[in-house]
Order: sequence, then C-alpha cells, then structure tokens
Amino acid sequence: MGHLGWTDLWCVLIRPPNKASRLCTETASMRIMVAIKRVIDYAVKIRVKPDKSGVETSNVKMSMNPFCEIALEEALRIKESGRASEVVAVSVGPAQCVDTLRTGLAMGADRAIHVEFPGTLYPLSIAKILKALVDAEKPGLLLLGKQAIDDDCNQTGQMIAGLLKWPQGTFASKVVLDEENKVATVDREVDGGLETLCLDLPAVITTDLRLNQPRYASLPNIMKAKSKVIKKLTPQDLNIEIRSDLEVVQVTDPPKRKAGVILSSVDELIDKLKNEARVL
Amino acid sequence: MMQTRIGYGSTKAQVSLCYNQEVPRRFHRFFIIVIPDAWLLYHKVEIQVLWEEVYPCLMRYGHFYSFMTSDDRLSNHQVIINLRSMNNILSFDKVSGILVCEAGCILENLISFLDNEGFIMPLDLGAKGSCQIGGNVSTNAGGLRLIRYGSLHGSVLGLEAVLANGTVLDMLGTLRKDNTGYDLKHLFIGSEGSLGIVTKVSILTPPKLSSVNLAFLACKDYTSCQKLLSAAKTKLGEILSAFEFLDINAMDLVLKHLDGLRDPLPSSKHNFYILIETTGSTESHDKEKLEAFLLQSIESGLLTDGVLAQDINQASAFWRIREGIPEALMKAGAVYKYDLSLPPEKMYDLVEEMRGCLGAEANVVAYGHLGDGNLHLNISTRQYDDSILTKIEPFVYEWTSKHRGSISAEHGLGLMKANKIHYSKSLETVQLMADIKKLLDPNGILNPYKVLPTSVLPQRGEEEPKKEA
Repeated sequence: MGHLGWTDLWCVLIRPPNKASRLCTETASMRIMVAIKRVIDYAVKIRVKPDKSGVETSNVKMSMNPFCEIALEEALRIKESGRASEVVAVSVGPAQCVDTLRTGLAMGADRAIHVEFPGTLYPLSIAKILKALVDAEKPGLLLLGKQAIDDDCNQTGQMIAGLLKWPQGTFASKVVLDEENKVATVDREVDGGLETLCLDLPAVITTDLRLNQPRYASLPNIMKAKSKVIKKLTPQDLNIEIRSDLEVVQVTDPPKRKAGVILSSVDELIDKLKNEARVL
Repeated sequence: MMQTRIGYGSTKAQVSLCYNQEVPRRFHRFFIIVIPDAWLLYHKVEIQVLWEEVYPCLMRYGHFYSFMTSDDRLSNHQVIINLRSMNNILSFDKVSGILVCEAGCILENLISFLDNEGFIMPLDLGAKGSCQIGGNVSTNAGGLRLIRYGSLHGSVLGLEAVLANGTVLDMLGTLRKDNTGYDLKHLFIGSEGSLGIVTKVSILTPPKLSSVNLAFLACKDYTSCQKLLSAAKTKLGEILSAFEFLDINAMDLVLKHLDGLRDPLPSSKHNFYILIETTGSTESHDKEKLEAFLLQSIESGLLTDGVLAQDINQASAFWRIREGIPEALMKAGAVYKYDLSLPPEKMYDLVEEMRGCLGAEANVVAYGHLGDGNLHLNISTRQYDDSILTKIEPFVYEWTSKHRGSISAEHGLGLMKANKIHYSKSLETVQLMADIKKLLDPNGILNPYKVLPTSVLPQRGEEEPKKEA
C-alpha cells in the first residue's frame, strides 16, 4: 500500500464533530431502569408453612427488597445530578406489586411498569422479562439490587447482563458516571476487598449495602406519586413464556442450635474432639 | 445487726456484699429474709443480694423513679426483694387473650411469647428489655400505646399480692366482669409496692394486628400539634395507636448524642415533631386512611412536612428517635426530670415559661405522650446546680397545681415526690390513703418513706423518719 497522501488527510477532517459534545446530549437524556422486588419485610420473623412447601406469606408485612431500595436511591441521585432524565421502576409479580411500585414512585421514580404474573418466578424468567422491557424502553443503565432477601439467589443481574450482552458491575459500593466517555466506574465489594471496574454504558449494575442510604418517602412526594403512571403488562404481551426447570421440593427450618457443653477437663475435650467431632 | 420481719416464720441469712464504688450512696449491710414456708413451696423465691444487683433490682421491680431520682434517702436496714426468678408464664388462653404470669417476667419476654400466639402486651415502653411485669403493674406504667389500649387499671384482670403480714391475697381472677365486692386489685396497681408485693398478674392482651403504619411529621407551632391530635382522633379513629411529640431541642439532642440516627426531615428545621402510629387489620385500608388524613393535614396547613415509613426498619428508626431521648439526656450531662399531666392546650406554655425563666443556663427539652396529655419536661444542664433547682422547684409544681394537673403522670411519687403529693391531691384524700396504708402495713415496712408524705405516716418506733433536706 502507498504512504498516507493528501486524500487520506481530507477523510480525517470530514469526520463527525467532537465525540464528547455529541454524547453529552445523549447522557443527559439517558433513562435509568431499576428493577425492584416485593419481598417479606426484612424485620419479620419467617415461619415455614406446616406442609413445608414454602414460607408463610399471608398476613405478613411485605416491603421493597432493601437492595432494590438502594438501587432506586442510586438512580434518583444520578438523575438529580443531571446525568439522567428519567427513572423507570419495574417489577414482576402478583397484583400487590403495585404497592411496592407506589413506594418507588413516592421515593421519586418518574413512572413504573408492572408485569403481572401470580405464579412462582425464578431469576432466569425475570431476566428474560427484563430483557424484553429493556429492548422496548432502551435505558442507558439498568440497576438492580445484588440479591433478594427471600431467595438470596444473586443471579438476576448477572443473567440479564448475559442476555443483553452488556457489561456488568455487581456488588457496587460506589458508582461514578463519566459523562464524556460514557463510562461507569464501579467499586465492587469482593471477598478480598474492593475491585474497581470501568464499564462502557449501557451496563448492568447491581447494588450492595454500602452504596447509599435510601431516602424516606416524604408526604409531598407521596402526593405527587398518585398522579404518576404505572403501566400494566403481562408476560404474554412481551412474548415471554414463563417456565422453569426448577421445582422447590421442600422447605424446612434450619436445625435448632444445640446448647453448648461445658467440659470439666482437657482430657474430656480431647476425647470429644477425637470421637464426637472427629477433627483430631 | 437488725431484724426486719416481713411475715411470720422467717429465717434469716446474712450475705456480705461488695461495694460498687461508682455508686455514691451510703450503703449498709442487707440481710436476706426468707419469706414464709408456705409461699416458698410454690414460689421458689431467690433472694440474691449483691450490690450491683441491688441497685438495678429496685429499678426492675418498678421503683425506678423512686430510687433513681431521689437524693440519698436509703436509710439503714433495708431489704430489697428481686422477683426475677419468679418468671414463669402460668397460662395463656388463646380465645380470650388472657395471660397469667408471675411478677418477675420481663416485659420483652412476654411480648415475644405473645408474638408467637398472635397477641401483644397492652403496654410498651423503652425499658421493656429489663422491666418486670410486677413492677409495671405496681407502678401503673403508661407507655407508648396507652392512647389505644388504656391503662393497666383496665387491662389487669387480677393479681396475687403478698401483704406486709405475710398473707397471700389471691385476687388472680381471669374474668372480664366481676362485680362481687370492692375491687381491691386497683389499690395495688400504682401503689408502688407500698401496700403489698405483687407476685402474679393476669392481663388481658389484645390481638396482634398485622398492619402497622408510622408517620414522622413536622408542625410549625404547638397549636397545630393540638389540632392535629383532634383531627387524628376523628379521622383515624379506631386505628390510631400512638401519638407522640418532641420539640426541636429534643430532636437536636437525640441527633447529637445517639449514633446511627438521621433526621427524617432534613430539608429544614421544624419546631415540633409528631409521631403518629396506626394499627389495624387491613394494610390497604389503613394506609389509604392514613395517607388521606396526612395529605389533607398538609393541605390545610396543620403539617409542614412529613415522611411515612415504608418498612419495619424505617419505623424502628423513627421510634428510636423518640425512645432515645432519655438516653440522650443522660449523655448530655445533668438532667432535672418532670413528668406532668396537664390540659393539652396549656402544656407547652409551661415549657416556654421555663425557657424564659432559665434562659441560657439550661436546655429545656420537652417531649411526651401528647395523646394522653402527658408532658415529659426535662431540663438539661452541664452539672447539677442548686441555684437552677430553686428556679425550677417549686415553680413547676405550683404551675401544675394551678392548672389542676398531675405532678406525676406516670412515673409515680416514690421518695422524691412523696412530700409533694399535696400539689395534686387534697388533704382529705391523702389522709384516707394514709389510713389504708396503716391498715395494710401497720409497721410501715413496705417501701418506707415512699408515695405518702411523712406528715401523714406513722412514726417508726426504732428510728426517726428522715427530715427532708
């Protein structure tokens, strides 16, 4: 091939304008989608049903999953800093999910989507539904709690990132959006400490406890929330078939902790460690 | 060495005690006296007297305020009885909700037990982790839910008490209605242990309702607080379960001295904060009712701002603010505490007069059960100072008396206020109380110098009653 001539230089000059200014407008109109889950309130004492098919949920206080609350709070803060224009809260589940979405709207979300499904839902189904919603709403950022406190699955965020082929930053304890590069810098809480990742947007981020402290729902915002829209959909509307390859066979209480034993001598201790605990 | 008999057939055992150097009180040896055999057979009373346990022991039995807020009036030769090992739940009827238990049961343990059965205790207070039900009954404890469930005079259906001469008085009925003769249990409820020792209690417990909502609100002035209370009683009606208030000084103090708390309404400073709690059986109905009431109150200007707890954790955080005020006051230094019942419209006038009177010398903090007309007036200073005390007393008592209020709404009289009883009760009434005391405790051995003033109590043969300092 020949060396770089004048014609090549012309091509370079005709390139589109400054990348930063084009993307500034795009991030300012960025939409954030937050997936929230309605779970048994964190402070409630859980009881297993007598038939061992699950836990008692009737007449029990339900609330927004604490990690989802943190995700929503983060979305609201990003919007308040001018980096996003709209926060959409979504939830999949029975009719009462509307209450949880109303809480989200009262915290400050702009609108909500409820995908109604009364049966059991597993993370993969949720991920598929969320993918359909993301394809329709086109958010620049999808925030979720790292896990739900009822099943502790810690799978939905990762699965949806896989389905969308988006980068993911899970267990986020800090999120900084860089407008110019359209990048999110996420500090992750991992076993060894903190890991910092840079993700190109759009991305999936799941939130951990130390990310923020969610705001309370103030009365003026509760008032405003009454006029905000909750769109109702069903999985069929999104062409998703809910099926699962998992079946819960039995739910039981963990075994009761046995009382400690006070031993009278070192010999007795050695004997117990050898013959009962079998660690020596 | 001294002998004090509580009942007949006693055996005594001497226990040597260790001093707790931090407690600056004169301390004399105590003796264990074993209560009569008949009772011992089915009561297993353990009388363990260690100094560290003596001090909280008095507290736990419910004589908290008579001991804590007094000057040292512990005269020689007193025996303290701690019923903490009498902590069995004797029976519980799931249909009627009637609980029968021994007096040493800790309130929080009873609450947990009832929780499993689907019921709650009709009273709730900040000290639930350590107070015994016998003490609660003996002091007629009020608490946060009096506005909904009434006082212990209504919830206690029966009790068993031991008199000064050892007689075991069995009034342990479990009947809702029993009009056979004089209802003597009411004498013991609130008598602060001066007429007899309560050993068993039967209480009517309300069912546990699933829907609890809590709102933390702000008002600009005291008149709005009062109007809010009337509106709450009408609009929230049967679901209202608590109505508490705190003023800005209380809020600042709590946020300053307690960890892990944040201001629910940080956007601006408010003069008054109100906590409204509703308890009902249907979540959607209650929430709708509460929200409608609150939004209407904002529109009409009664409220300036407010937040609604969305889950139990948020609700606990709001309660921690209100329940943490006594703790914050202790951390702030010295505090003069007054627990007064006043006509609701006059309540805050007293606070403002005290502020005017004390100025920069002290921080006058007010909070309390606005729903019951009960003000907790606390004057917080760096150190205890007699010159400040003379400005407060007897002004506070005279003011309360002038407005026909009570100088002790729920805390009782104990040692500190025994001689002040005349501010709230007439001479004839007090004289009759003394006659009853003489009848039930002729030797004056049960909680001497407490509840009734020295002017009406009989002189004790062995020693002079202490003159008030």
